[in-house]
Amino acid sequence: MAKFMELVKRDLALAFRQGMDSLMVVAFFIIAVVLFPFGVGPEVNTLAKIAGGTIWVAALLSSMLSLERLFQTDYDDGSLELLALAPIPLEVTVLAKVVAHWLTTGLPLIITAPLLAVLMQLPMDGFGTLILALALGTPTLSLIGAVGAALILGSRRGGVLLSLLVLPLYIPILIFGVSAVDAAIFDEAVRPHMLFLGALFVGALALTPWAAAAGLRQALE
Amino acid sequence: MTKPSSNQFWGEDLTCVRGERIVFQSLNFELTPGGALILIGPNGSGKSSLLRMMAGLLQPAGGKMLWAEEAGEPEDASQDMDLHGGRLHYVGHHDAVKPVLTAAENIGFWARIRGGGEDTIHESLDVFDIKHLYDVPGRFMSAGQKRRVNLARIIAAPAPLWLLDEPTTALDKATIKRLEDAIQRHRDGGGMVVLSTHSDVDTPGSKTLNLADFASKAPLDEHVMV
Repeated sequence: MAKFMELVKRDLALAFRQGMDSLMVVAFFIIAVVLFPFGVGPEVNTLAKIAGGTIWVAALLSSMLSLERLFQTDYDDGSLELLALAPIPLEVTVLAKVVAHWLTTGLPLIITAPLLAVLMQLPMDGFGTLILALALGTPTLSLIGAVGAALILGSRRGGVLLSLLVLPLYIPILIFGVSAVDAAIFDEAVRPHMLFLGALFVGALALTPWAAAAGLRQALE
Repeated sequence: MTKPSSNQFWGEDLTCVRGERIVFQSLNFELTPGGALILIGPNGSGKSSLLRMMAGLLQPAGGKMLWAEEAGEPEDASQDMDLHGGRLHYVGHHDAVKPVLTAAENIGFWARIRGGGEDTIHESLDVFDIKHLYDVPGRFMSAGQKRRVNLARIIAAPAPLWLLDEPTTALDKATIKRLEDAIQRHRDGGGMVVLSTHSDVDTPGSKTLNLADFASKAPLDEHVMV
């Protein structure tokens, strides 16, 4: 456990000192959402109707933006080999990197989301659910993304390939995330949607570290 | 000096296949406590591949590698990679020095995830004469300095087996001498060293393995692929 924290601390230190990554993710998130009122017009009802979906899609895209670098820098400078050789299961290493990734990208997105919800005229009833759904959904995004990030190591144009691999897998999270927000607005039961998001998270937590670690071993051969 | 351990590490009938081409085959090696093995051979003869294989990063296409501890049954080294990884230090072509972390932070991280302490960091900086780099971030280091930080990493947390892939690259003469001394101390303590080199590294009593002797002489289709 101490070693797990050591890995998380290192990745956080790298993220903060290399600076811009988290800020760029948040900036992209804001800009992507802000484009919609310009595109569909400032009419309150229209915006309110698409608010949940817009924020979720923008969150998916911006969380994906930083995925490419999840393993790439460690792969390029040889750190990944040493991490694989460290007396820590590679699956645990993957999980630590995912935790650090979520703390530096997922968490800022959740904090920014209410501001954007105001901008998109999301009805007040949906706010709590939006935050909660994002809190359940964004860790799953980082987990699934880790598998994609491990698979693209060593390939050229990895970024584009990554989005092709990962975005289809994000669809279930998008569906249940948006329907949870809609259910809250229309005063329907939110719980089933949240349970699905929770199930996706637990499933991803159990499976993706193994898949990503296998991908990393393959990349190192 | 630590108690001489009696680990043994050997490989039997190893074959390496890269890109459907046999790099080497029927290769045997053996390391005993305090032993050193120098890998020589022309470019592409498989020195790096053999070292990566010994580290467990590359699975042998044939043959096996075994590790035996004192009075213990020999076990297949490629079975449990986490266990095997803990026994060895690997220095590859890349120095794994993060540009935004200082020398002490770089070394400290690798030492801590292997259970090393803070005190060993200073000691390791001393061994390669890089105390002045203690709080210098990696991005301001020269290639030779990064290599020294990478080598200091293997001093900071002990492991019985050192796998060094051309460790003298970018090092000056004085530092090569320091590396030779470090290798000698490691061997005196019962450690084992495998290193590949194109230049001379003074390791008294070492064995030499010329990878060119194990190059494939026949085309691939005459061999049984594993």
